[in-house]
Amino acid sequence: MSLRNFKIWRGDADGGEFKDYAVECGEGMVVLDAIHRVQTEHAGGLAVRWNCKAGKCGSCGMEIDGKPKLACMTRMSDYDPEATVKIQPMKTFPIVRDLVADVSWNYEQNKRIPPFQPTETSKGEGLVMHQEDVDRVQEFRKCIECFLCQDVCHVLRDHEKEEDFVGPRLMIRLAGLEMHPADTVDRIPIIRKDFGSGLCNITRCCTDVCPEHIGITDNAIIPLKERVVDRYYDPIAWVLGKVFRRRKKKIVKALEV
Amino acid sequence: MGLNLSSDIQRIRHDVVVIGAGGAGLRAAISSSERGLNTGVVCKSLLGKAHTVMAEGGCAAALGNTDPRDNWKVHFRDTMRGGKFLNQWQMAELHAKHAPDEVRLLEKWGAVFDRTKDGLIGQRNFGGHRYPRLAHVGDRTGLEMIRTLQDHLIHQKVQVHMECTALRIVKEKGKLAGVLAYWRETGRFVLFECNAVILATGGGGKAWRITSNSWEYTGDGLELAYEAGAELLNMEFTQFHPTGMVWPPSVRGILVTEGVRGDGGILLNSEGERFMFNYIPERFASETADTEEEAERWLDGDKEARRPPELLTRDVVARAITKEVQEGRGSPHGGVFLDIASRRPAEVIRKKLPSMYHQFKELAEVDITAEPMEVGPTLHYFMGGIRVDSTTQMTGVPGLFACGECSGGMHGANRLGGNSLSDLLVFGMLAGEGAADYLDGLEGVPEASAETLDGAIREATAPLNREDGPNPYLVHEDLQAIMNDGVNIVRDKEGLEKSIQAIEDLKLQVALVKAHGSSQYNPGWHEAISLVPLLVTAESVARSALVREESRGAHTRADFPGEQEDWQTRLVVISKSEDGSMAVRQESTQEPPSELSKIAHSSLEDLEGGVK
Repeated sequence: MSLRNFKIWRGDADGGEFKDYAVECGEGMVVLDAIHRVQTEHAGGLAVRWNCKAGKCGSCGMEIDGKPKLACMTRMSDYDPEATVKIQPMKTFPIVRDLVADVSWNYEQNKRIPPFQPTETSKGEGLVMHQEDVDRVQEFRKCIECFLCQDVCHVLRDHEKEEDFVGPRLMIRLAGLEMHPADTVDRIPIIRKDFGSGLCNITRCCTDVCPEHIGITDNAIIPLKERVVDRYYDPIAWVLGKVFRRRKKKIVKALEV
Repeated sequence: MGLNLSSDIQRIRHDVVVIGAGGAGLRAAISSSERGLNTGVVCKSLLGKAHTVMAEGGCAAALGNTDPRDNWKVHFRDTMRGGKFLNQWQMAELHAKHAPDEVRLLEKWGAVFDRTKDGLIGQRNFGGHRYPRLAHVGDRTGLEMIRTLQDHLIHQKVQVHMECTALRIVKEKGKLAGVLAYWRETGRFVLFECNAVILATGGGGKAWRITSNSWEYTGDGLELAYEAGAELLNMEFTQFHPTGMVWPPSVRGILVTEGVRGDGGILLNSEGERFMFNYIPERFASETADTEEEAERWLDGDKEARRPPELLTRDVVARAITKEVQEGRGSPHGGVFLDIASRRPAEVIRKKLPSMYHQFKELAEVDITAEPMEVGPTLHYFMGGIRVDSTTQMTGVPGLFACGECSGGMHGANRLGGNSLSDLLVFGMLAGEGAADYLDGLEGVPEASAETLDGAIREATAPLNREDGPNPYLVHEDLQAIMNDGVNIVRDKEGLEKSIQAIEDLKLQVALVKAHGSSQYNPGWHEAISLVPLLVTAESVARSALVREESRGAHTRADFPGEQEDWQTRLVVISKSEDGSMAVRQESTQEPPSELSKIAHSSLEDLEGGVK
């Protein structure tokens, strides 16, 4: 056990400041453990969101020494024992209180996405899909909705273009539907127009912070961008498409919230 | 706190309110909204964060995709045997019959399960299941299920009230009038006016120190139902999952999926002995491999070979590990070794058990593809819970329903792995239907009286308004120590009586706790409020455990070893007596339907014909 120092942001939508705390930390402790010690010993009202404490629910996203991380999967041993660890809420979202951010915008965006519509199966039968055809969709479905990718996305964080771009989390949700072998809906027009695939400038910051190590940029966003480009900006494909395309999937509009 | 009193309280009207947004709650809400009912979901966390995301191994359903010999009858038989025949027979029947359709329904809503070679939903082996039966997605099946239900639900006529905690089922003149709750963000109170409530709040594992459960598991639904006049059933049966992490201390208790053993992992003691061969109960002897050689053949897919003993039911494995540790053959940190590294290529382990790989790598600095894990029992699941009607899921209180882990009866004395995810789908669906049927033709909600609401609000805000008092976090730690000491995996009269007394003493502390700060997003205050359901939960488990003088399934009494014939037909039932104290009574079970009894006691050969 050794005494470790923290600066934790305390406050609400009206403002706040960093406060200093010191608690004993033992072997194997993660940042969330330290926050709980602070709660128990010094600040019972310190607001923090968490659930599973095993990196599976994505509740405890915050910025630790400036990096978006899950507090439950960030070990104290990653930091210099003499240094003060600085903890603050995710910056991109409005503050509720202390370390808790208002992430409701993400839930609203999800509602705009037209849901999965499978091919018909006869009663009592499941879908027939092969493992190699669902592998990439399963990668996107590993997402635990911690919203760290949304937090770090320049388009949302620095340019505040949340009217135009749904962010990496929702792009992988769209990719998971678009690449689902049994889905019957064509979302390419709305991925371009309503969800703003063109705004991502591929800095890969989202991929870097993903605790599930999902290839957000390379496996989801870039392929979606390519599909949009093929559809709208490749003149030969565009002409051929006009003349020959047999629409297998039905085009849908983004849903109103 | 004048602002919060009932005169200007926020009111929201629904036909049905579901409390809890894990798999059971979401499935119930979908089912209720499909019947055209205005449905609200009240949940303590954000949508999609409930404990279902922690379920790893899979969802049991006799699809027969991986082994065509499987059918609902074999699943039913396995469930009854696993539950030591204390299950509610009809629940186990409905569960086994409906589970396959529910899994296929999830697939139509977008779930992407791992596949067989033929492109069907693949199924994996698990403890107590005769055939590979668990539909799964690597080791993150719960996440797949909750996300699928969530993404389907947001397009139904369901309103989700997130970060909102239910405090009281409001009844007026014996009739259900609604649910009183508070918003965690603002501390404001809200009355959900409705005619039917479905409880889907999960268990109460947070009463123990070593548990796989998250903070939400404080037994809220158990207490809400108990206070409203419903009964609690089988509370002594608390499942200790055999494999939780044991090191480092801050992660002690976190679940290590049974899928590790399903995929070939073996348990070893400090002498390197594969000790589970020494613990095969007579009931399972004919279906369990008795040599390592046979267990290896089974793993290689030999259908004539019997299952390895690591895949015995959870109660058996958890007790075996406890015994090995007690007798000095444990691992350095008080567990045993779980080895998959020497059994499967690293690549396969990373593919089939990705989140286990990361969990150990990041939290314990253990590479499970190269070295064994250290594991030990962790409080995981409540078989017992709110007593419900087997087909409608209604409790003894008209209009109050329960499903998923907070309800009792389906799993008897021990739950099979994988039967929880299927339970929450099947009984979530049935509870939604049950509530809809109940509401057909029912008119008018009684007005919640100001007196009832004010009383409940005063009680809830008392920890904030007090000058001073015990720290709620420390009181919670005291309770966890009591439960881990006296109401653990192996119990006896003396320890249980001592625990009950300690819980009684702790009630006095809970009545005095002080939460500092305001009511806005104040975890100290939330903690103070959750102590009340935690104590009801702890007390009901301890009292039931004291009454059941035998060892059966997950309930082990050092002073009463072995199953006792006369306890085979007895249930322990908890209710609130008129003087406010907790009443415990014994009740005889009903005769099982003869057809079901015949199936449960059939030989496998008789059932393998695929009688669907």
